[in-house]
Amino acid sequence: MTRFNAWNVIKNGLNDQTGWDRQWRDPEPKKEYEIVIVGGGIHGLATSYYLAKNFNIKNIAVLEKGWIGGGNAGRNTTIIRSNYMMPGSHQFYEHSLKLWENLSHDLNYNVMFSQRAHVSLFHSPPARDVAARRYNIMKLHGTDAELWDINKLKKNIPYLNYHNARFPILGAAVQNRAGNARHDAVVWGYARAADQLGVDILQNCEVTNILRTNSNIDGLETTRGIIKAKKIGFAVAGNTSRLWEMTGLGNLPIESHKLQAFVTESIKPLIDQVIVYGVGGAHFYISQSDKGSLVFGGDLDWYKSYAQRGNLPIVQDCAEAAMAILPCLGRIRIVRHWAGVCDMSMDGTFFICNTPIKNLFLNAGWNYGGFKAGPASGWYFADLIANEQPNQIIKNHNLERFEKGINLDERGAGPDPKLHG
Amino acid sequence: MIRIKCPYCGERDHSEFTYGSDASIEYPNLESNAKDWTEAIFFRKNIYGKQIETWHHTNGCRLWLIIERCTITHKIFSIKPAHPEIHKLLKNQNNI
Ligand SMILES: Cc1cc2nc3c(=O)[nH]c(=O)nc-3n(C[C@H](O)[C@H](O)[C@H](O)COP(=O)(O)OP(=O)(O)OC[C@H]3O[C@@H](n4cnc5c(N)ncnc54)[C@H](O)[C@@H]3O)c2cc1C
Ligand SMILES: [Zn+2]
Repeated sequence: MTRFNAWNVIKNGLNDQTGWDRQWRDPEPKKEYEIVIVGGGIHGLATSYYLAKNFNIKNIAVLEKGWIGGGNAGRNTTIIRSNYMMPGSHQFYEHSLKLWENLSHDLNYNVMFSQRAHVSLFHSPPARDVAARRYNIMKLHGTDAELWDINKLKKNIPYLNYHNARFPILGAAVQNRAGNARHDAVVWGYARAADQLGVDILQNCEVTNILRTNSNIDGLETTRGIIKAKKIGFAVAGNTSRLWEMTGLGNLPIESHKLQAFVTESIKPLIDQVIVYGVGGAHFYISQSDKGSLVFGGDLDWYKSYAQRGNLPIVQDCAEAAMAILPCLGRIRIVRHWAGVCDMSMDGTFFICNTPIKNLFLNAGWNYGGFKAGPASGWYFADLIANEQPNQIIKNHNLERFEKGINLDERGAGPDPKLHG
Repeated sequence: MIRIKCPYCGERDHSEFTYGSDASIEYPNLESNAKDWTEAIFFRKNIYGKQIETWHHTNGCRLWLIIERCTITHKIFSIKPAHPEIHKLLKNQNNI
């Protein structure tokens, strides 16, 4: 496959771009693989890439029911940060951020990772204390974190509503290494790099049934025939419970809820960072894409759903939140909005773990923060599948943690999936 | 927008209501072991299709309702007050 480098860009500029190959193959499924990953989102594709790269495993397939990146990987607002507190989670997300920092080079694909800073506003002294606590914990773990007072905030982001906001802005908690990336590029970059290492990416290949003996899964019935595998990994985000049901293993600590995203018409550069506003009932995050569109989102639609389309009250909530802190956006038009089905877990934290079936491994529970996690998720899931036991830092990110009382509840919201984020 | 026909107030936009949770969960008795309680509190069927769930008419009569709804299409199949006595009362009054 043609590598992306200056020489090839110039060469193909001179020959009408005719010298590029397919970015990844479109192979027929083999009868059997060493490892099969179900789900062609970021997590599934990253897992296949790190299995091939870090463990030198050759015979791997990724099964995707539609097209790769058609799920949440291609629907999210692309915010990347590592401001987590729970044991294991902060190391995990920091590892992810480090992988992001070198991802374009590693994949030889420009994922347009832009460390533009994540600026989380606070509006009361207690909220400042909470932010300070989180950011102190981050600093103690060697992650970058800053608190901006109102003067610094005004200097950096002069156009917020500092005059008559219902909840006056007092300052912000900031992570400078945080930012955005281009979601499609990440999916394509992992797919292309995995394919190059021999991974078969099988699209239009939906798993419809699971062939199981007592202790093992023998194979998967798919829309492209029966595919056997020695080891199987699930990475299907919002559809995890449906796939799990086919294993006959009972219930999961997961509910599927949908989250919307919004894109406006393009404007000249305005928003240089990711700005987050959360107070009382409002939740809102916004950034500007390289094309000039503003990309923003808010809360879930508040009821369980598998529909990949959003409801109107959330449109209103987001518009209100936008006006509360960014009144300058009053006349901008929204041109698109959509929803993705999120795998909300009972404590807001993910699962990368063994299952009661020996050769089945689970990757799920990403809530609506799994984009940033993609690289580390692939890294540690590959590690789990190859070694058949989890790395130390995610040793509690499993299904047994609830019975043991080790809830990893970042927000302290309790066992109600819709309250996590 | 989902429209919910509250047995007390009539048909309203769902934004007047708050979604509660899965109404099919049966809680074990207090003496049950940790495993049963973990299952009831933390584990869900997460149904793809018709499910029974609770909603609260927060900005209305404040009744808790039990609703049968499809999680794919959002179509509603049945609605009744969660409290059996209120259900009986309203049924007699409205003939619903
Ligand atoms: C609107 C929105 C905004 C978000 N914003 C952010 C954000 O700003 N920052 C952040 O970090 N995270 C964000 N997230 C969360 C993030 O997008 C997800 O957590 C993450 O993408 C999930 O992992 P994935 O990419 O592997 O999932 P997906 O892309 O959903 O991949 C799962 C794949 O599995 C496939 N599949 C399902 N069932 C089967 C089957 N039976 N057989 C074969 N294939 C199957 C699906 O078709 C799908 O392609 C957001 C999510 C949404 C919806
Ligand atoms: Zn009512």
